[in-house]
Amino acid sequence: MKFGVVVFPGSNCDHDMYHALKILAGNEVQFIWHQDTSLAGFDGVVLPGGFSYGDYLRAGAIARFSPILQEIIRFAKKGKIVLGICNGFQVLTESGLLPGALMRNQNLRFICKHVYIRTENNQTVFTKGLKSGQILRIPIAHGEGKYYIDDHNLKKLDEHRQIVFRYCSPDGQLRDEYNPNGSKASIAGVINKEGNVLGMMPHPERAIELLLGSADGRYLLESMIG
Amino acid sequence: MKEPEVSLELAIQHGLNEEEYQRIQNLLGRNPTFTELGIFSVMWSEHCSYKNSIAELKKLPRSGGRLLVGAGEENAGLVDIGDGLAVCFKIESHNHPSAVEPYQGAATGVGGIMRDIFTMGARPIAALNSLRFGQLDKSRNRYLFDGVVRGIADYGNCLGIPTVAGEIYFEDCYSANPLVNAMTVGIVKHDQTASAIAQGQDCPVFVIGSRTGRDGIHGATFASEELSEESEHRRPNVQVGDPFTEKLLLEATLEMIREKIIVGIQDMGAAGITCSTTEMSAKGNSGMVIDLDKVPVREEGMTPYEIMLSESQERMLVVGKIGNEKRIREICEKWELICEQVGHVTDEPTLKVFFQNEKVAEIPPFDCVLGGGAPVYQREFARPAYLDILQNFDFDKLEAVEDLQDAFWKIFSSPNIASKEWVYEQYDHMVRTNTSIFPGGDAAVIRIKKTNKAISVKTDGNGRFVYLNPRRGGQIAVAEAARNVVCTGAIPLAITNCLNFGNPYKPEMFYLFREAVAGMGDACRVFETPVTGGNVSFYNESPESAVYPTPVIGMLGLIEDISHITTAFFKKSGDLIYLIGKNQNEIGGSEFLKEFYGKIAGDCPQLDLEYEKLIQNTLLEAIRKGWVSSAHDISDGGLAVALAECCIMNKINPIGATIKLPDANTRPEWQLFSESQSCILISISPDFRKSLEQFFIKQKVKLQYLGKVGGSHFIINDWLDIVVNDLLRNYYQIIPDQMET
Repeated sequence: MKFGVVVFPGSNCDHDMYHALKILAGNEVQFIWHQDTSLAGFDGVVLPGGFSYGDYLRAGAIARFSPILQEIIRFAKKGKIVLGICNGFQVLTESGLLPGALMRNQNLRFICKHVYIRTENNQTVFTKGLKSGQILRIPIAHGEGKYYIDDHNLKKLDEHRQIVFRYCSPDGQLRDEYNPNGSKASIAGVINKEGNVLGMMPHPERAIELLLGSADGRYLLESMIG
Repeated sequence: MKEPEVSLELAIQHGLNEEEYQRIQNLLGRNPTFTELGIFSVMWSEHCSYKNSIAELKKLPRSGGRLLVGAGEENAGLVDIGDGLAVCFKIESHNHPSAVEPYQGAATGVGGIMRDIFTMGARPIAALNSLRFGQLDKSRNRYLFDGVVRGIADYGNCLGIPTVAGEIYFEDCYSANPLVNAMTVGIVKHDQTASAIAQGQDCPVFVIGSRTGRDGIHGATFASEELSEESEHRRPNVQVGDPFTEKLLLEATLEMIREKIIVGIQDMGAAGITCSTTEMSAKGNSGMVIDLDKVPVREEGMTPYEIMLSESQERMLVVGKIGNEKRIREICEKWELICEQVGHVTDEPTLKVFFQNEKVAEIPPFDCVLGGGAPVYQREFARPAYLDILQNFDFDKLEAVEDLQDAFWKIFSSPNIASKEWVYEQYDHMVRTNTSIFPGGDAAVIRIKKTNKAISVKTDGNGRFVYLNPRRGGQIAVAEAARNVVCTGAIPLAITNCLNFGNPYKPEMFYLFREAVAGMGDACRVFETPVTGGNVSFYNESPESAVYPTPVIGMLGLIEDISHITTAFFKKSGDLIYLIGKNQNEIGGSEFLKEFYGKIAGDCPQLDLEYEKLIQNTLLEAIRKGWVSSAHDISDGGLAVALAECCIMNKINPIGATIKLPDANTRPEWQLFSESQSCILISISPDFRKSLEQFFIKQKVKLQYLGKVGGSHFIINDWLDIVVNDLLRNYYQIIPDQMET
């Protein structure tokens, strides 16, 4: 499996993701410049966190018009793996590859801390190494991570098992106080209907070494690497 | 275009004095032009010239140890950490801009110090800060606090540099004049550093990054005067930051330096194009010809004076190697940055500035700069009378504390003690995936990828102690910062400093400055931690008052083996708790005295620098032997607060402790809340009891057994018995409660 990590002007978790993928599989991983127009040879693409194009206008709003994004849309339609973390998730909702939208956090402040998320669907290519309901301790770091979707589409998400992660308490309870940003239905990550595009606000690449506080992100990235 | 006539009166309006104006006339052999007056006035402002501080700063140890580049040689110092790597770090103030425009003031403070680091070729890997505000019961102070934190957060977060540590205090004296000091730490391979130098006839000079606008003109001058009613009108002097452009500038700069296509580079901070052209030329003993028509500007009709003095952010001055012009442009294009050649270097050491084909300035660069022709003054000093009065304060006259638990809660509820989680959760402190000890510990620890090492960094400064005893207060600032990094398992290597003081023209104020710097020097010599550079911020005064003399130390430590990384919180039930050092029941300048009696008085705690060093070395040795489960230094709030913190600093796994303090011939509250120096709390597994005790006897370091970790209560004698979860809730809730209601 060969993975590419997209670099937009303003990406700042690109090196972290690169480092994580290198450590976990030593598999082939390469940066992809936002002006590039080909994904030939890649099996999967990761859109990393950061502030693409300064997040001017709205987080992810400009990145969706970049040359590489048009290719990523075609790539996704072919059923290849696309993972968007944080700003990458915002780009995926902006570009229509994933439903819903990400709004400013409920408390209108940037939040960086470890949170708990519960695995709602372990039947995906990204989560097949996780147990159903498994709780992960993973950091978040965002100002615009409040997931929103209307009730009608929320129901559809649920029906199609597209909700992959929800914020929860250390023992897996869904409660407002453990929903750090006010996301609808505590949603932390969603997948497309076809099951090959996942977006999530928490940063698995920041949780692969105990030296840095948690290694729970490994389960997810290792599943994806296959 | 007609420039105003230059006169002594105009020079005085520019903040120069008569003697300095004459000096300019003598240097030039004529009257300066208006643009030249602008250039000299900013270059000779306190902010750029250090004219009133440099004589004292030179007394600090500024070389030795692992220093590769010493203070004043470049934009920031360089310290060798082995493996062919060096750490580059510096701290700087942005107090005055933050006082009138907290968000942009703090944001551009971060941006400025970041550029100082990456202009050296170093990639920033961590940001720290040191903040002071008035008390949070006033809405203005909450506004400033909130704005500063957001400014730091938005800039650092967008840039992708983790903000990993800092310190914050709330005290009345900072109400009108908050302190905002920002520090950046970078890392660079020895052979990839860059210099702020201009050399080589005809080498092209480029301005890259943002366009030059009218923002921030005379920002350096603003920083060199006291705040007043009029300061509000200074808001247009505050620059506006754009972290996205900074991120592009960072990547482009490092790429150019890596490819070795440039001669030199300097960021444009204070005094913009003026400062970078004169300083780079002076360093290379050369000159430049600059055509201001080529400088990309934001608005029409800008005068040469304005272009030269603008402090628009996110700009760099680059001297390219001949033949590499195309590659320099390509890199800027890749990062979507404006890049314009504005002139060239000359062997003749004269800076010539043209505008619309007219020469508007012709000056010898060396005569403008610090270390060259900039004035140097030895200010008068006089010991303030208040020192003797406060130092002789009679503590025995204080009424004894009746309810120790009540006293504990009063101190533990002070925002100075409470967790700053509300602040650091707004900072991305994990990006770059190197942060091993997060904010909230004794010092932050950043591992260095591809090595087995980590660095430990901390900012520290206690204005109260310096106010009460400037010499010893200066020593303590360094000692405590060193102790902090030692507690994480690091050996202290070097410091940077930010000296926040009042008006140096007041002899009493200058005495405090002089003594505090001397104290820092004492400590640095004993700890063998040279000063790599820093910043002086005078004039931290408002019509109401001056701030406490507040030197802030930025300490760098090295952890040779990541297995030595040590955290501050108690780990395991049954572990034994020890106090290293001697609690001397000193409450002068303590949080206890302030919170319980409302007094700031007494002398600051005693400090024996040699003993401090012995204690630090002994603890480091014990850590390396693998005996130490946790280490936390005793500071604000004393022993009781430090013990409580050890119980709850690991928020997801709090644990109790039972402590038995021996009968002492003194008041229990003095034992509990004394802020004696050279004191560290450690916990160890019972397996190591014997080895540890014998080792400390051999080292002749006092080690006192205090009690055991475990249970759900925090107990000291029959004085305190508190449920740990109550401690926890209180500790993390104090600041949110003040800010979010």
